Amino acid sequence: MLSGGEMLIRALHDEGVDLIFGYPGGTALHIYDAIFQQDKVNHILVRHEQGATHAADGYARATGKPGVVLVTSGPGATNTITGIATAYMDSIPMIVISGQVTRNAIGSDAFQETDMVGVSRPIVKHSFLVQRPEDIPSVVKKAFHIATTGRPGPVVIDVPKDVTDPADKFPYEYPESVKLRSYSPPQKGHSGQIKKAVEILLSAKKPIIYAGGGVVQGEGSEELTQLTQALGYPITNTLMGLGAYPATDKQFLGMLGMHGTYEANMAMHESDVILAVGARFDDRVTNSDISKFCPNATILHIDIDPASISKTVTAHIPIVGPVKAVLKEMNEQVDTALSAIDADALERWWENIEHWRERNCLAVKSEGEVIKPQQVIQALYAVTEGDAYVTSDVGQHQMFAAQYYHFDKPRRWINSGGLGTMGFGLPAAMGVQLAYPDATVACVTGEGSIQMCIQELSTCKQCELPIKIVNINNEALGMVRQWQDMQYSGRHSHSTYADSLPDFVKLAEAYGHVGIRIEKLSELETKLAEAFAIKDKLVFIDVVVDQNEHVYPMAIRGGAMNEMFLSKTERT
Amino acid sequence: MRRIISMLMENEPGALSRVVGLFSQRNYNINSLTVAPTDDSTLSRLTVTTIGDDRKIEQIVKHLNKLVDVVKLVDLTEGSHLERELMLIKVKVNGAQRAEVMRLAEIFRGEIVDVTTSIYVVQLSGTSKKLDAFIAALEGVQVLEVVRTGVSGISRSDKVLSL
Repeated sequence: MLSGGEMLIRALHDEGVDLIFGYPGGTALHIYDAIFQQDKVNHILVRHEQGATHAADGYARATGKPGVVLVTSGPGATNTITGIATAYMDSIPMIVISGQVTRNAIGSDAFQETDMVGVSRPIVKHSFLVQRPEDIPSVVKKAFHIATTGRPGPVVIDVPKDVTDPADKFPYEYPESVKLRSYSPPQKGHSGQIKKAVEILLSAKKPIIYAGGGVVQGEGSEELTQLTQALGYPITNTLMGLGAYPATDKQFLGMLGMHGTYEANMAMHESDVILAVGARFDDRVTNSDISKFCPNATILHIDIDPASISKTVTAHIPIVGPVKAVLKEMNEQVDTALSAIDADALERWWENIEHWRERNCLAVKSEGEVIKPQQVIQALYAVTEGDAYVTSDVGQHQMFAAQYYHFDKPRRWINSGGLGTMGFGLPAAMGVQLAYPDATVACVTGEGSIQMCIQELSTCKQCELPIKIVNINNEALGMVRQWQDMQYSGRHSHSTYADSLPDFVKLAEAYGHVGIRIEKLSELETKLAEAFAIKDKLVFIDVVVDQNEHVYPMAIRGGAMNEMFLSKTERT
Repeated sequence: MRRIISMLMENEPGALSRVVGLFSQRNYNINSLTVAPTDDSTLSRLTVTTIGDDRKIEQIVKHLNKLVDVVKLVDLTEGSHLERELMLIKVKVNGAQRAEVMRLAEIFRGEIVDVTTSIYVVQLSGTSKKLDAFIAALEGVQVLEVVRTGVSGISRSDKVLSL
């Protein structure tokens, strides 16, 4: 016989959860007492509930397992909202358990009462308000099933305090399986559609494969790599898809979209067939005017979510299904039909692409001892030998990391792509480091983003997490300032704060970590290497960079994919 | 184009708010909405009328289908169907208008369900267009209150929305 609180923790254990992130408070205290009396589910105490959600999110992105969060009602619950929305936009499996006031107090404006199911409704895949203690095992089972299958996403379980009362005990049995009559995500793609897609793919003269975060989340990287290499076609990844295909392979054209490479965007625009895999034609890819998007392309679109297909760009051949299963079926068909490829056309297509590549759009020009932000990522890539887990915040540093760190494996690049949440990087890195204690985990951030969740430095100390924070410090909200330079005649409205920035070295030291500052290009790589050589401590590496650097290429607003700024003075 | 989307959903707290929330969240339009339990007490039938081009309707249908509470769904306007709406309309009637409104109600196959010396309440059911036409025909009559249920619908012949 177990209490509701005990059942909740026991159910998490039965679901395979060994790590949760949270923050206690009034309505969650029965649950916290249940945590105290067991040792199977470890709990990480964060310093702010938003940090708990991002940490769980980072854990989920790095491992593929759902991240779990436990918070109290009211402010505890509302503080998770940004993190839930972040996970929702990037389809990350997450369970958020929030305390709630007692059942008879719901609706009475009780202390720390918030309608969590209502507040979170637009940003969850589903949510539950637990009505009876004996429902807890089945609710937990359903929540994990929904969060982790189909297109994954966050699920909220709101638990009234009296439901977890230690005085009320119930028989506990965890359900072995779950059946929801209204929820059955597809297990495979439509074979007829796949056959049609393969035919079109093989007859293409200027094909390109465009793969997104769905390949990473759907564990389809191996199948994607096999298909791409069998076909010999060029491939580009979205921001969320980086790592889905090895970035150092010659068929990889880099990231596409707003800050994508010249060759990737040109190849998209000129292509005659686009195979979109687990990507959703986001506005950061297509640019704002859909009518100009890839005018000659036949679009084959694989996605597990039917609502992602033909949402913005009409798919000629839609395939609804899990990318892994669909790609596997495509591979089987392609293997026996490779002779159908027009080798001459493909060779000419590659000649075009190589010509675009020669433009070398990511070249970095040195200026004496001034450190360019791009050079920080290049040095990071060298020092970590391209094998780190890299989390990032949001802004210029995020784009530089995406452009200059070449991810060869999925789940190594961890960033908030859809929602663009500043403050994500550090707590996400905590989740990754806790999942993989021996791995090198770098958090690429800026002096703006890092201050949005900087309190988690304290959590890092408590858990002795040896994260390496690479703070690309340009003393301004760099991306905002870039837009102000380009579209507002350089009027830097509220994007600078140079006089009031903290001394990050001292700040790191105050939290019990190591802090170093790098100001000269000649010492960039050596000092970075020294920092990464410290294996048992968090090191906050504050790198002072050129304040005037912009991210290029950059799509020209309202243009087609082949319309880009390539530097402050050049455009296509 | 006007569409009638009808669905079976779990008869559970929060289900309706998810459907309604979806429409506001994605900037879709709700013209009318009716919801009530069915013969199976675990299911509610919800019917919504909305306006949009094919692309928008396709998205609405896909997103509704994604809701875990929505069990099954049909766009009734895709096929042959019946639609009905009930209206109660309170009008001020004096003198010659009394006979005139009574005749109008008869023509529209309505019923006068409440009568005072100066008031009629007319009950009328039919398609939304028919109800609109009745209101239009009352020109010159003082309408005090119009209460419409919103559209309910069902497919014709052997097409059935059930589990």
